[in-house]
Amino acid sequence: MSRRVYLTGVGPVSGLGLGIQSNWDGLCAGNSAVTPVRAFDASTIGSPVAAEAPEDFKVRNFVPKTYRKATKVMARDIELAVAAADLAARDAGLVTKGTDPDGEPSYAPDRVGCHIGAGLIAADLDELTAALSASADDGPESFDIHHWGREGMNHLTPLWLLKYLPNMLACHVTIIHDTQGPSNTITCGEASGGLSIGESMRVIQRGQADLCFCGGAESKINPMAFLRQVMTGRFVNDADAADPATAVRPFDQSAVGGALGEGGGIVTLECADSYEQRGGDAEKVYAEVLGFGASQTVHRQTKNRTPDAEGRGIVNAVRAALREAGLEPGAVDFVVPFGLGHPDWDGPEAAALRTLFGDRLACVPVLAPKANVGNLGAGSGGFDLCVAAQALKEQKLPAVTNRPTPLPGLGATTAEKLDVALVFATGLGGQNTAIVLQRANA
Amino acid sequence: MSKPKIVITGMGWVTPLGHDLETVWAGLLSGQSGVDRTTHFDAATFPTTFSAEVKDYDWRTFVADPTLHEGIGLNTSFALGAAAQAWKQAGLADYPTLDPARLGLYLGAGEGSLDFDNYAKSNLAGWDAEARAIDGKAWSATATAVMDATREIEQEPNMPLAHLALEFNAQGPAYNCLTACAASTQAIGEAAHVLQRGDADVMLTGGCHTMIHPLGVTGFNRLTALSNRNDDPTTASRPFSHDRDGFVMGEGAGIIVLETEEHAKARGATILAEVAGYGSTADAYRITDIHPDGRGGAGAMQQALDNAGLKPADVDWIAAHGTSTKENDSIETRAIKAVFQQGDDVASVPPVSSIKSMMGHLIAAAGVVQAIAAVLAIRDGKLPPTANLTTPSPELDLDYIPGTARDLSSDSGRGGVHVCLSNSFGFGGQNDTLVLRRA
Repeated sequence: MSRRVYLTGVGPVSGLGLGIQSNWDGLCAGNSAVTPVRAFDASTIGSPVAAEAPEDFKVRNFVPKTYRKATKVMARDIELAVAAADLAARDAGLVTKGTDPDGEPSYAPDRVGCHIGAGLIAADLDELTAALSASADDGPESFDIHHWGREGMNHLTPLWLLKYLPNMLACHVTIIHDTQGPSNTITCGEASGGLSIGESMRVIQRGQADLCFCGGAESKINPMAFLRQVMTGRFVNDADAADPATAVRPFDQSAVGGALGEGGGIVTLECADSYEQRGGDAEKVYAEVLGFGASQTVHRQTKNRTPDAEGRGIVNAVRAALREAGLEPGAVDFVVPFGLGHPDWDGPEAAALRTLFGDRLACVPVLAPKANVGNLGAGSGGFDLCVAAQALKEQKLPAVTNRPTPLPGLGATTAEKLDVALVFATGLGGQNTAIVLQRANA
Repeated sequence: MSKPKIVITGMGWVTPLGHDLETVWAGLLSGQSGVDRTTHFDAATFPTTFSAEVKDYDWRTFVADPTLHEGIGLNTSFALGAAAQAWKQAGLADYPTLDPARLGLYLGAGEGSLDFDNYAKSNLAGWDAEARAIDGKAWSATATAVMDATREIEQEPNMPLAHLALEFNAQGPAYNCLTACAASTQAIGEAAHVLQRGDADVMLTGGCHTMIHPLGVTGFNRLTALSNRNDDPTTASRPFSHDRDGFVMGEGAGIIVLETEEHAKARGATILAEVAGYGSTADAYRITDIHPDGRGGAGAMQQALDNAGLKPADVDWIAAHGTSTKENDSIETRAIKAVFQQGDDVASVPPVSSIKSMMGHLIAAAGVVQAIAAVLAIRDGKLPPTANLTTPSPELDLDYIPGTARDLSSDSGRGGVHVCLSNSFGFGGQNDTLVLRRA
């Protein structure tokens, strides 16, 4: 007998804002955070726009005073995860070493787990190149690795590497909130968030933790990380990005590509019984996590760089999640899929949705927050789950954005009821995840 | 509560000591070193000039269709070779009724290596010395011209997963975890859980990694985590020795095939060992240091024993994380004692050794090669030594099997090796332990 798992707190972070309120308001208004890139001059990199986190974002506001020094060894991805975890813990009304260092923690540290999805973190190029330049006196071609080995590398701070290890998102969160139970870092591109949430769910179900932080965060707003993504051919080019706010059009017939975003979402999952024991308010539960499924795409033609045309892997993941939930596709009221905004991705997802829902798809709203916040990479699965959870709690759907001419069957914007949400993701490399949420007290 | 037994039916590795099970195992038992001067790049002036590289390896000889994998990174190339060995040993090539949707993957694979030369060139071309910042336009002009799309995409840490899926048509649940040095131990433990829940029939699990590239070595040199014993590379990795001065970077992969005992028996597979227990904890202490009591490590070991339903006295060998750093080896010893030692009796602790003394530290892949060594130890009743343990210290007083392998196969006691425990502790405090048991 599995233990029941509640989703009790959400911490979304994106270009629309920090925390659920600003993100929800922005999504409901159909706002887009996609603008010309601010962090560096991206005008000639192949895709000039992105949805960056708010300019006033400072990780210092999300850690206890005693931890401020440690923020110096945080890459941007880590900062975003730390903020998202703090927001989620506070939203769930949890007392942790992070939210209230002097308080009595809601859970014993060894009963708290942490599973966070992360991307390939790129080094800060200003910092690294300042060091490299000391070993290149005569221009870009003159880098002298002997000089670098002898003394150049000493221009890097001794802890330099620790900023960029993908597991540091989870490690900082475990230290800040004193979580000593099972902890993992999943690095499967855009499927990382969903997989991490699935791992937390399993750990709670099998009794190894009562509370878990899970989700993910990522920033690819760095020339190297950005270019690596642009090279995948999935993002809007200069001409398509002339009007940044309408550039990303998931599931629209005019979709031409996505935009990068930075941010993510971390949620708190709790064992239902433990939540009641800690005096949690039943009214404040967002949803029950009913099912999880994962699968792998095998698409030899593109070496798993894109889904197959029928989205077979996606269908397999969704069916596994619905099977665990004990539900048929007919029970799903709305969907938050990957929704990148590129035909090679939207097409297979649309095909998968048609396979799953048949003609009823025309009545099932399919949201795509990437139109508003861009592709958050490893952060997108957590962000999407926050959106679905809030929709169930508020009994309201955010606006479908930038979809004037929907693909066949993808035009629904309202649902008869909002009891069951399906959130799924796929990603470059072919890992797929699906999560089924049911409104609390439904 | 009866959970399905999870068993190992195939294993393979590509390591600095060789590319097949028996060669590497023989090397470990004879105390051979895989360490030599670094050749992947010019490390002549680096604080550390040596590493344990995989030698004379061609992944193309291991795969059915090399064109599916052209452009892969070294990490993926190692994983393909290791997986091919495991697949063959498990007899899965002759088992066509395996449903692809029931074949899952759970790797602890590291990221691929940066294209360092072109990366450095682009960064320097984009460098605005006055502003002390990168000029995006100048950077883009060079980078878009010199960077190769395939090489860049292949650095993503889920690419080994994507390529194993292509090679073996694996369409079941697929995960890659990257908990630094703990990754592949964690992957095996979690893969066992995937099977126990019934979400797959067969799992390919393990890991692969190389950080033997300029910025990888730079990063660890700046942390002063690597040995600087440039005058004597083959004895540089000396876990638990008083004069140890850091770890030696290795590279490679290990992949194992897991399935439920029921599934293995039904298809007539040879069972090599059982994954009997798994524990996972977080230190939640500091990014830069291990908790001084080894709180997280001890917790993971205890959890793994509890999960296996075993007592400390049941364990015959501990495959240590044993990195050869001052901090790890002291604290790991303390953690082992906290779990295993009865009163003041040090002899109550089972023998402990570190294969990193011979093949270096395979980072994300370090855990799976220990697990494979443990299965072979169970098979042969022999424990690999800790090489280069020349200077014992009063503080480190366990039986580390110094210098020479131990043969327990004709032991008059319980005879042979029955239960092994394998530790992996990641930078940042993620700790994982496996218990392997004779099937």
